[in-house]
Amino acid sequence: MSHRFTPLIELTLARVREFFREPAAIFWVYGFPLIMAISLGIAFREKPKQQITVDLVGTTEGSRTGELRELLKRDTRFVVHEPTTESWKKRLRDGKTDLVVVASSDPASGDSPWEFWQEPRRAESLLARQAVENLLLKGQGGTVVVIADQELNEAGSRYIDFLIPGLLGMNLMGGGLFGVGFVLVDMRVKKLLKRFLATPLRHSDFLLSVMLSRLLFMVPEILALLGFSWLVFGVQVQGSFLELVAVIILGGFCFAGVGLLIASRATTLETASGLMNLLMLPMYVLSGVFFSSERFPAAMQPLVKALPLTALNEALRGVMLEGESLPALWRPIATLVAWGAVSFVIALRIFRWK
Amino acid sequence: MSDPKVRPAIHCRQLTKTYPGRPPVEAVRGVDLEVPVGECFGLLGPNGAGKTTTMEILEGLLDATSGDVEILGRHWGTDDRELRERIGVSLQETNLSDKLTVGEIVKLFRSFFRTGLTISQAIEQVALQEKVNARFSKLSGGQKQRLAIACSLVGDPELLFLDEPTTGLDPQSRRQLWDVISGFRNAGRTVVLTTHYMDEAEKLCDRVAIVDNGKVIALGSPRQLISQLGSEHVLEPSWVNNPPTEAELRTLPSVTLVRREDERYLMSVSEPHLALPALLDFTRQTGRELASLTTRHATLEDVFVTLTGRHLRDGDKGAV
Repeated sequence: MSHRFTPLIELTLARVREFFREPAAIFWVYGFPLIMAISLGIAFREKPKQQITVDLVGTTEGSRTGELRELLKRDTRFVVHEPTTESWKKRLRDGKTDLVVVASSDPASGDSPWEFWQEPRRAESLLARQAVENLLLKGQGGTVVVIADQELNEAGSRYIDFLIPGLLGMNLMGGGLFGVGFVLVDMRVKKLLKRFLATPLRHSDFLLSVMLSRLLFMVPEILALLGFSWLVFGVQVQGSFLELVAVIILGGFCFAGVGLLIASRATTLETASGLMNLLMLPMYVLSGVFFSSERFPAAMQPLVKALPLTALNEALRGVMLEGESLPALWRPIATLVAWGAVSFVIALRIFRWK
Repeated sequence: MSDPKVRPAIHCRQLTKTYPGRPPVEAVRGVDLEVPVGECFGLLGPNGAGKTTTMEILEGLLDATSGDVEILGRHWGTDDRELRERIGVSLQETNLSDKLTVGEIVKLFRSFFRTGLTISQAIEQVALQEKVNARFSKLSGGQKQRLAIACSLVGDPELLFLDEPTTGLDPQSRRQLWDVISGFRNAGRTVVLTTHYMDEAEKLCDRVAIVDNGKVIALGSPRQLISQLGSEHVLEPSWVNNPPTEAELRTLPSVTLVRREDERYLMSVSEPHLALPALLDFTRQTGRELASLTTRHATLEDVFVTLTGRHLRDGDKGAV
């Protein structure tokens, strides 16, 4: 192999080895986001679809109560129970059913064909009575308003669908800043940077290897998070997978550039981690990781949208949730490119080699 | 092209380095050095004397405030890549990657150089073959230092810079490193090292520069410097009680210098066979009793003490 690329390859290899021999780093990079996804996924899991439970007592075929039973069973909003014993009172009391319809013992008389038993202190019970009454009125003819029922149940509209791209973005940010910034400052503190400088190693090869190894660590990290959320929560990528990869790599490079900028002058780990936290904490809150950044007042939006994590999350959600293509996402992508490029150029100019 | 036989390996004139600050720190204040090819040259001095700063300027890791530096006939700033291929550097302290093995670290450093030793050659030179698969964090201090030297040798340099190569090591590790350094020098290569161990400088160096407060205060072979004292022997007496004054002792024959350090006296003596009986007579005649008496050859330490009135290990005001 030509000598030109050997230092780059060897340095990258060394970084990868160091990384995978550090159990704590592996946990923070790979384990932590999964735990985060699991716990948030559980906390904000879907509530079961609300249904109305109705008990029918004493129903006979062909009677009006029989017709009611048919109506209720055709409507998916209702769950029908027909307790054989007198247990329905207890069921109503315990809230196991919302409404009990008891057929009259003498349907031939002009009286109401049934009694409605409800528990007026429970909202569900009142709702059930209304719903059954409406159903009966509809069945009576007259002008029936036909309602086309639609449910908001598209893939990608759940909280977990919203959350996963946010976690992905947050991870890319943390990984880029720590994986590049922290590592470089640590090398400077340990004088390893100086030691490398005393060899013919090119500066560009050195910086490139740090970035390259960072991108390599990112691959299993991303695959784990995406694979896990797909298997456990059924989170899917609506848009093109290749475009998602492109956004992820862009995000990785952008934050690697910011990490490089942070590392360019810092001479202690405390300075570096202080700067990183200063940068990351506002973005955790403002950039729409856990909730939409649209919730902030309009006056703040220009600032919020200018943050790199907001841009990355917007691009990730655009591809993953909306199935948008990259040209449609030009604004966040341009923001990411600008952050990455500007930090990179400044970092290279002011980097403290000596 | 320069002829390495004529050109010195290192040539520097009026080197200064001032660190900005309030007040500014003048770490190096006009150093002139000339090291011919094939020499082992030592910078000897206490901590904070400016040794490391001088070294790092010569190594091209630090910019001088003023002065000229020529390394192997080349200049930093224009011939960096070539120079980096031709020199080897070992810093005062290098924390190599804890998680990498000896073999991996040497291989990494080898990859930075176009030409050089094989990885096993470099490891053999510092006798770390048995540790080739051990991680850096598992090595002893001496082994770590040998590995650092292996990393500086792996590019097969013509000129080797070693900054305090044996500081903090046990005697056995120090001797092992001395063998490595002597071997390199005996192969006709040039070594520049800093140390604050006088025995190390005497053992390894063809010539030493004694550095104090950013200046070279003495330059020459260890033997020359010691003989310049005029008295190559030292008597170290101490008395049980009633210690004499320094002036009293100075009147004894062939004594050139007397210094007192607490109970102990350091007497520089040119002819011990005259001074020693006189010292014993003096003790008997004045009714004193000797607590201890040592005689030894003068060392570079005595040279330093004579020149500065301080010891090499004094004045640890924080290394620069």
